[in-house]
Amino acid sequence: MAPDLVLDIPNDLASIEEAVDFVMEQCSECGDDPRRLRLNLRVGLSEALANAMLYGNGPDPSKRVKVEVAFQGSTITARVTDEGRGFNPRCIPDPTCAANILKAEGRGIFLMRKLLDEVYFNDRGNSVTLVLRLPPYRGDVGVGGGARA
Amino acid sequence: MGFQVEKVNDVLVVDVEGQLIVGNRQELKQKVLEELESGERKFIVDFEKTGYIDSSGLGVLVSLSKKVREQGGELRLANLNEDLKTLFELTKLDTLFYIADSRDAALKGL
Repeated sequence: MAPDLVLDIPNDLASIEEAVDFVMEQCSECGDDPRRLRLNLRVGLSEALANAMLYGNGPDPSKRVKVEVAFQGSTITARVTDEGRGFNPRCIPDPTCAANILKAEGRGIFLMRKLLDEVYFNDRGNSVTLVLRLPPYRGDVGVGGGARA
Repeated sequence: MGFQVEKVNDVLVVDVEGQLIVGNRQELKQKVLEELESGERKFIVDFEKTGYIDSSGLGVLVSLSKKVREQGGELRLANLNEDLKTLFELTKLDTLFYIADSRDAALKGL
């Protein structure tokens, strides 16, 4: 992925909102579905960042989280990478089943998978890539891609 | 961003202003648990001024609902916008909570 935007943010939950707001501003004219952009990308990116900090990096203030975002037409790809040891994303229980629905944790990756068109992890498990495909602006059909300035 | 608490008859209403996320969920949890400890048993969490909840916010609501029920009380939710409703539906938490369209509707029968 050749990113159009790279952020290097501290391992601090308080920095998530500003980082997500910034990415959302850069994406504000990507595609023609403001609700999917507003809800799906915001939730997916926020969850990925929270997971990177809480579970990936843990409580180590010296660690950082990298966010890379690429715009290809009306498709947004975001990759979030932490400096942790990684984990096995195949071992995520279903938070909607009876055994888990009363648990306080365990809904982040589930929501990412529900709201984004693609979610995939690297082999180590410390980097997640999120893909959101939006419908193109009608006026952009047949025109080359990239986010509008 | 914050939580405003007010008493309406014998119901404690908590307004969530802004967001309910990993960064402020403990504040909500502490406020409700303190009130539960003081004897309050009826709660409404009002999301009229809330734009966003993350999975941690959903989780703290699940946790609080469970603790309130264990003490013989009830916690209801009110005024979820369409985005918030979507998150509750996706996670099937709309089956766990009493979700009302308005504060008045949530107050009825509580």
